[in-house]
Amino acid sequence: MNVRLLLLLFCFCLLTSRLQATVHTVGAGSNPTAIKTALALAQPKDTILVKSGFYQEGNLIVDKPLTLIGENNPVLDGNKQYEILSVKADSVTIKGFVVQNSGSASLDDPGGIKVYDSNHVVITNNTLYDNFFGIYIQYGKHCLVKNNTLISNGTTDELQIGNGIHCWKSDSILIIGNNVSGHRDGIYFEFVTNSVIWRNISFGNVRYGLHFMFSNNDAYITNVFRNNGAGVAVMYTKNVKMYNNVFEKNWGDAAYGLLLKDISDSHIENNRFIQNTSGIYMEGSNRISIKNNIFGSNGWGMKIQASCMDNAIDANNFTQNTFDVSTNGSLVLNTFAGNYWDKYEGYDLNKDKTGDVPYHPLSLFSVIVEKNPPAMLLYRSFMVTLLDKSEKILPSLTPDNFVDNQPLMRPLPL
Amino acid sequence: MNRITQFVLTDIFRNKIMIAYTALLAVFSWSAFTLENNSQKGLLTLLNIILLTVPLVSVLFSTIYIYNSSEFIELLVSQPIKRGKIWFSIFTGLSISLALAFLLGAGVPLLLYASIGMFGLVAGMGVLVSVAFTAIAFFSAIFTRDKAKGIGISVLLWLYFALLFDGLVLFLLFQFADYPIENAMVFITALSPIDLARILILLQLDISAMMGYTGAIFKQFFGTALGFSISVLLLCLWTAIPFALSLYRFQHKDL
Repeated sequence: MNVRLLLLLFCFCLLTSRLQATVHTVGAGSNPTAIKTALALAQPKDTILVKSGFYQEGNLIVDKPLTLIGENNPVLDGNKQYEILSVKADSVTIKGFVVQNSGSASLDDPGGIKVYDSNHVVITNNTLYDNFFGIYIQYGKHCLVKNNTLISNGTTDELQIGNGIHCWKSDSILIIGNNVSGHRDGIYFEFVTNSVIWRNISFGNVRYGLHFMFSNNDAYITNVFRNNGAGVAVMYTKNVKMYNNVFEKNWGDAAYGLLLKDISDSHIENNRFIQNTSGIYMEGSNRISIKNNIFGSNGWGMKIQASCMDNAIDANNFTQNTFDVSTNGSLVLNTFAGNYWDKYEGYDLNKDKTGDVPYHPLSLFSVIVEKNPPAMLLYRSFMVTLLDKSEKILPSLTPDNFVDNQPLMRPLPL
Repeated sequence: MNRITQFVLTDIFRNKIMIAYTALLAVFSWSAFTLENNSQKGLLTLLNIILLTVPLVSVLFSTIYIYNSSEFIELLVSQPIKRGKIWFSIFTGLSISLALAFLLGAGVPLLLYASIGMFGLVAGMGVLVSVAFTAIAFFSAIFTRDKAKGIGISVLLWLYFALLFDGLVLFLLFQFADYPIENAMVFITALSPIDLARILILLQLDISAMMGYTGAIFKQFFGTALGFSISVLLLCLWTAIPFALSLYRFQHKDL
């Protein structure tokens, strides 16, 4: 009986001691003064509070479940040589640091904050300057990256700089409210499943604002992708949901608002594609629903290659694009219905708000340019205008099933 | 400014057609900028006017003017004035008035709605195109005494530059689609003043990004200060050569 009670007491003591996490304060005037020492001293579940200051301690490895909190933005500097924070344990929280100047190497991809094989890691409210990779998660699960700002110098050579937020072979990741600029790809996903990218702003990156490959069942919602070298690329993926995003000002010879390559069973809804060379460029993509989007002031609203099938383009607004739609073949396996086209010149006698004459969004000149790109040389020449007008009256060269049978008379209130 | 040019100018300024032309340009340009909600689109509309209306009016008006003043020219020739001076003075008078009409009609809204650099470029191109087509009018008017024939030639030349030339370019593009002809295309566009002006303006607008590889090559050539100067020089040559040819003919012609 006594033995049992003792055992219970012992267990209770053990439990309370485990529950009582200590707070280690690091900084000038505190003990210890180095983060490294604190990391070595700390027990699992402890908190390390780092006071404001400049810490140049090489590579910091977090291999216990700890909470690291920066007070008044302490600076962790990698001296352009080291990876700064390496997380190698579950349930680590990193909050409120300025992480800058990581080393750069193309062999082991050092990052400002890199997560190795760990779950439930939380990275919030940090600022990252001039790192090779910003936040790098590999084999992570249930991690949260929230409200961080990542800025890099953005050299034009894409080999000199890594990605902002880079996730690889991970699952259930949340990327929320981050601000990424000047990296190679703003946000990069490869083999990442069941994840959400929400309310981020990715601009001025060297290559893509968002680069997305082999990442099934993900959603990206309410993000802004602006002025990136080549826009946004989504490739080799199924079940992607893209809602409420803004793709704008991705101008350049090979820049796309959204590049879809081998995407299937996905939803693209309520997005805005403004001032891109091509709003959406799609290739080998099937069964995508493109609905309630705005395509405005783009060079090409959509470029749909003939390798795409069973896509439904419904209820979108196409305004002020040079070409609303173009394609590279005569095979049309996609459907258009109920879109608003500002170039539509039909009428509506029965007042049901859809035009009585079908609209052919493909202009002859866009077909010519697709077949022979240098013909763009004749853009805006009188002869081209004349050719387009005659083709509209008597379609002969453009595929006649490339048609919207219910074009709207007024733009949708999107 | 010499007396003959002054005569020509005062004569043209009283001309109702010229006033109508200025008014037409003004109406077109103002509506282009006020109807389109961004000035870039307005510029593109204005570009169409420069490429179509301005050459047509310049070439037709000048041709008819030369034929109508044939008696005035004969009278001048009987005076002790060099023939070259007479011909050049009439040309200067016509060019100045057409350029002024363009600047008053299209230049003012352009100055108000577009950036100052764009104004300089588009107004400069408009003036150069006006002058080049005046020279082409002199060229077509000198070869025949028959007014109908002369006007016919000038309209045909306009049709060629505004429409047929682009058709030919498109034909060439498709015939030689398998060959790297981009560099040759840079040379070929120099063969039409209208195309030259169009491409110079388009490259300054954002649309150059859409022109793909060809656009990049064009930008590489026309985008540099040297390329730009060369193409402006070429446009000037489009004035100088037809005028020089007509001048030579005028000096040796039995009126």
